[in-house]
This record gives sequence, structure tokens and C-alpha cells, in this order.
Amino acid sequence: MKLTGAEIVVQCLVEEGVEHVFGYPGGAVLHIYDALFQQDKLKHILVRHEQAATHAADGYARSTEKPGVVLVTSGPGATNAVTGIATAYMDSIPMVVITGQVPTALIGNDAFQEVDSVGITRPCVKHNFLIKDVADIAVTMKKAFYIAMSGRPGPVVIDIPKDVTAETAEFIYPNKVEIRSYHPVIKGHLGQIKKAVKLMQTAERPMLYTGGGVILDNAAAELTRITQLLNFPITNTLMGLGAYPATDQQFLGMLGMHGTYEANMAMHHCDVLIAIGARFDDRVTGNIEKFCPTAKIIHVDIDPASISKNIKVDIPIVGPVKQVLTEMLKILEKNSAKVDAILLDNWWSQIEEWRATHCLKFKENSDKTKPQYVVQKLYEVTAGDAYVTSDVGQHQMWAAQYYKFDRPRRWINSGGLGTMGFGLPAAMGVQIAHPDAAVACITGEGSIQMCIQELATCLQYGLPVKIVCLNNGYLGMVRQWQEFFYQGRFAMSYMEALPDFVKLAEAYGHVGLRIEHATDVEGAFKEAFALKDRLVFMNFLTDPEENVYPMIPAGAGLNEMILI
Amino acid sequence: MRRIISILIENEAGALSRVAGLFSARGYNIESLTVAPTEDASLSRMTLVTRGSDDIIEQITKQLNKLIDVVKLIDLTEGAHIEREMLLIKVQAQGDERNELKRMADIFRGRVVDVTSSTYTIELTGSADKLDAFIVSLPAAKILETVRSGVSSISRGAKSLRL
Ligand SMILES: Cc1ncc(C[n+]2csc(CCOP(=O)(O)OP(=O)(O)O)c2C)c(N)n1
Repeated sequence: MKLTGAEIVVQCLVEEGVEHVFGYPGGAVLHIYDALFQQDKLKHILVRHEQAATHAADGYARSTEKPGVVLVTSGPGATNAVTGIATAYMDSIPMVVITGQVPTALIGNDAFQEVDSVGITRPCVKHNFLIKDVADIAVTMKKAFYIAMSGRPGPVVIDIPKDVTAETAEFIYPNKVEIRSYHPVIKGHLGQIKKAVKLMQTAERPMLYTGGGVILDNAAAELTRITQLLNFPITNTLMGLGAYPATDQQFLGMLGMHGTYEANMAMHHCDVLIAIGARFDDRVTGNIEKFCPTAKIIHVDIDPASISKNIKVDIPIVGPVKQVLTEMLKILEKNSAKVDAILLDNWWSQIEEWRATHCLKFKENSDKTKPQYVVQKLYEVTAGDAYVTSDVGQHQMWAAQYYKFDRPRRWINSGGLGTMGFGLPAAMGVQIAHPDAAVACITGEGSIQMCIQELATCLQYGLPVKIVCLNNGYLGMVRQWQEFFYQGRFAMSYMEALPDFVKLAEAYGHVGLRIEHATDVEGAFKEAFALKDRLVFMNFLTDPEENVYPMIPAGAGLNEMILI
Repeated sequence: MRRIISILIENEAGALSRVAGLFSARGYNIESLTVAPTEDASLSRMTLVTRGSDDIIEQITKQLNKLIDVVKLIDLTEGAHIEREMLLIKVQAQGDERNELKRMADIFRGRVVDVTSSTYTIELTGSADKLDAFIVSLPAAKILETVRSGVSSISRGAKSLRL
């Protein structure tokens, strides 16, 4: 059957099993919107800014095992989407972004709403395409989904000129793709895996350090099994939280710049480090000259370019985390060799000593509510079972430190790019994927204003997101650095004019609460979560001068933390 | 160290900018880059000359391999290989200079390919080193214009870079 390009685009999405498309219309995509209008399989979510479309699709993808799908127009539609594309790219989130383009004949003419979308997005996508022939749409869409989802996932942009969506072609959706230049690794090298297991079994002071790759490859169960079988200590990166149950004794908390003392000390002193689906980011390693001085390092990652990029490793294993861990488990379960229990006990006693510093303790609430306390209460009231998105800043670190994630895909934040404005739209994507779940967005009064317009989208689609704004009146993370490293010269980190968030929430048709006292925190959460079908904006006035501890200052090693 | 990396890449619009963009975004240097279609019109062959420590070269090859359009690549400097570059150079040539320049071109096995009453244009092929040597052997003030093709290279022996 012959279909228009626009109809083909829609049909391809249906064939891929897509249920939700996040987008915003405009001239170059009018044909596609017209095709969307005339079907009922795909639901389109109209955001209020294209950046939010990409973050929402991103949150949707992170909280499910599905790719996020975005549709925006040419020119400003595409440029607005770039921040969200880059955010997804840095965290390896599978996403397919369709951008409209000016008609083929006008490309290169500085036509109205023309930008070189393929050129602009090239450095922040896994791959991108410009489709010039209606006959290529179906194959290209198939390739795009395959590339986005396979190997190390990432966003793929498809730029489609308007005329191409009007022409017609026979529609056949290919059921297979073969890209001769792209063959992601599907199995880790067995010899390397055996070597790694052997090293793990002879370890005296082992340490597991795992990242977002475990979550992306749905390997939390395998990771948990292996960790418990070996009785090894484990830490997760900011991106990896939830891959191992945070309430378990073997979990040492997050590592890195604002990680726990015990996690960072165990990293520094271990003799065998097993890095899984993590990429030795600078926020994790601190000064690389001082990183894990006594450790032999095993590194499992799907991306060969991640291996030995920042830190030289001894046993690299390129392969999907789930497959490699499964293979390791098979060997371990057959093999009777055991880790030396006495040495491991000694190691655990040392770790317990570090843990006894209680590095995450914070001063009691005085007249000012402590932000950490708010996150703790959120954890209690939601019984640790909410989906939590966050923005970027101090509140993000407190969320990561004090909300204990026992399950993967529950903690959703912009780790790599650190994009303020991510939290609310990401929460919308999560809520759409999980309509009945409790979804909280932990944010700051700075970050929330970067995508505040999405309150309207939440009303339109009845998304009962709970916004937890830790309002300290400052761009807190900036203020903290200025206090520590710029002798308290608080350049532009104080916002003189904040809106009345309660009235603002109400103006958008939602419920707003202002919480001034610590004693009211728990009650506010109970009230908010009882309002199952309403968005509630909770404006918590928190201690303006609270800092995130512990902290590794720039240039220091993981054993050189500033404790409170 | 100087490395010659040969890349087979899909002959598609934008393929070159993916490679060039990768180098500029990650701060790697490109000494020269040549690109042209192969006998199979769907593929282009690129020859890229770069410099860097072993760690950087390892990252460069890994990052290039990660580009979806890259079909295959090889670091030719890891084995025996042939390296060629072509130079066209226009020099002032009058009176006695004309004989002298002709002799120099002969020594380097170059050819005079264009002549005017006041200039010679010489064509010379060889390794980049040889071209450098030729250029410095000419009086700098007499050189009017130079153009170099960039390095092309292929491995010695039966081994080949193909699909
Ligand atoms: C889009 C963007 N611009 C700037 C920054 C730099 N930045 C990092 S944290 C921060 C302050 C965030 O303030 P707020 O949202 O109020 O959170 P707080 O740190 O106070 O918890 C800023 C400006 C950023 N991460 N993202």
C-alpha cells in the first residue's frame, strides 16, 4: 500500500511498539502531525518547550526498558531539543528524535526556520540521519531504533525535510536490520572472564564499583547475586544507584565527590577493583594520579572506548554487563575455590570502622529545616518505593545520599551533563510510563524555574507529580563552591526575586504547599501523597547555608575527603 | 609518535565531518587527511596522519571505530607499509637558476611539469619526509607556491584493508 512519508513515519513508530511520542508542532512537521491526528495507536504528549520533550522522553526511557521518542519542528524546535539530546547522550539513554527540516529544495538557502540539525547534533548523538527520499524512511527508522537501543545506547536524530513527508511510497517495515559498519559486541571474551573471576577469588580487599551500565543492561539481579555470593563490598555511582539494594549491609553508599567516606576509603585501599558498567568519570575518581594506588583493576563495559580511557586497567572485558555477569556467576557457582574468609573478614572490619564515622549525619533541625531531613522524610513516607527524579545542584546530591534506592530505574537524574531543568519534565515521562506510581521530583528553586512551564503539561495530562522543592534561596551548589573556594564572594548565586511558588502552582491549576518548619515536613508529604490525582508543589524553606558533605575537593584523592 | 591511520568509511554525506568533528571535539590533532571513493563506490578510503602518545592513539582508534559509518580501520604504522604524498611546487626560475633547479628536481626524481619564462612547476612524489627534504633544499625566497596532497598509504604484503 502506498503511504505518504508522514504516514510512514507514524506507521514505523507503531511497528516499533511505541506508545507515547513527546513533541511540539511547527511548520516542517505539519504533515506528520496531520498523520498523527488521523490515528489512535500513538499518544502524543504536547509539552510546553522542546527541551522538556526530550527530557520527558528521556525520563520515560530511564524508568522503562523502552526508547524515548521525540518529535519537533525544524530550526528553533531542533535547537531547543539539543540540551535534552546532549543530556541523554552523556548518560547513554536510548532515544529517537525526529526533527522536521525545510523542504529539500531549500536546504542550504538560509530558508525560514532552517538550521543544520544534523550538523548541530552530530557531537551529541550516537548517530544521526538526514532523509532525502521518502523510500528511505522505513529503513532509516528501523536503523535508528536499532542503533539507539543496541550496544552502548544513545540518542539518534532523524532529520526529515517537509517535502519528503508529503511524497508517497510503498510501505514495508523491514523486520531485520543489517548495518555492515556497526556490530556491537554481544559476548565478553571467555578467557578474560575466567581470568577476572580468578583474580576476584584471590582478592584480599575486593571492591565492586558499578555504574549506569548495570541499569541500562537490566543486570541488577545478576549483580546482586554475584555480590552476595562473594560477600564483597559494593558502591554505586550516581548513575548506578538502585542496581544494588541500598538498604543491604554490603552496600557502602555512593562513591565520588559527594560519596560516603566508607565507599571512597574502600576504593582507595582495595587490592582488587571490579568496575562494572562504569566509566571512571572525574567526579568519581578524584585526582587520577592518586586513584586506587594498590588495586588490580577489572573493567567490564560494552564500550571499548570507555576502557583505559581515564584509568589503565589490568583485565578489560568488552561485553554486555548482563551476559558477562551471567558468565561469571556460572563459573563461580561451579568452582569451589573460595575467597579467603579470614582476610575478607578483616577487610570488612576495616570497612565497618570507616562506616562508624557516620559521614552522612547532619546537625539537627534548628529553626531552619535541614534539606537532608526533608529527603529522609520523603523516603519514609513513600516507603522507599517512589520514582525520584532530580534536577542539578545540592538537592541532587542530598537526594542521592538520603533516598535509599533498592531497585533499578527508580532514581532518575542527569549525571553526565548535569542539566538543570531536567527534573520536572523527566518526572512527567516517568509518570506517563507508570501512571499509578508515586513520582517525586526533588529540585531547587533555581532548577525548577528552568522548565517551570511544564506545570501546564502536567495539568493537561493529569500527571500527579509531587514536586519537592528544597528552597534555600540560593543556587546552592554554586554558593557552596564560592564559600569554600572563593572566600565567600557569592557572585550571582543569590536570587533576589523568587515567585510565590504556592500561588504559581495554583495559577497552573495545581496544589501548592509552603512548609516552613521541620515539624510540618512529614505532614506535608502525607497530605501531598494522599492527593493521588493532583500535582502538588511543596515549597520547603530549608537552611540557606547548608552544604553537601562529605566532599572531595578538586585535586584530592578519594582518601582525602572533607568530613563535616 | 606519528601514526598513519587508514579508514574505510561509508561514502555518505557527512562522513568526513564526523571524522573531522571527532578530532576537533576531543582535541586530537590531524596532520593530514585525504579522502576519496574506492573501487567500490559505496565506500570511501581515508588516510589520516596524526601524532600522539600510545594512549591517545588507542583512544583515537577506538573513538573512530565507534563512529557508526566507519566500516574498518587500521593503524598502518604498526606494520610495514608504503607511504606516498605528492607535492606540486612553483618556483621562480630565471637565468642560471633554471639549470640548478632542474638538477635538484632530478636528484629527488621530480619532474618539471609546467614552464614559463620566469617559473618552473615541479611535481614530486614520495614520503612526507622526502617532500620536506626537497622543500628545504630549495632557496626559500624562490618558492612561490606549494601544494601537497596529504599522505596516502597502504600496507606491504598480501594483507589488505577491505570489506
Ligand atoms: C543548565 C545549567 N546551568 C547552570 C548549571 C550550573 N549549576 C550547577 S548547580 C547550580 C545551582 C542549582 O541551584 P538550585 O536548583 O537552586 O539547587 P541547589 O544547589 O540550591 O540545591 C548551577 C547554577 C547547570 N548545572 N545547568
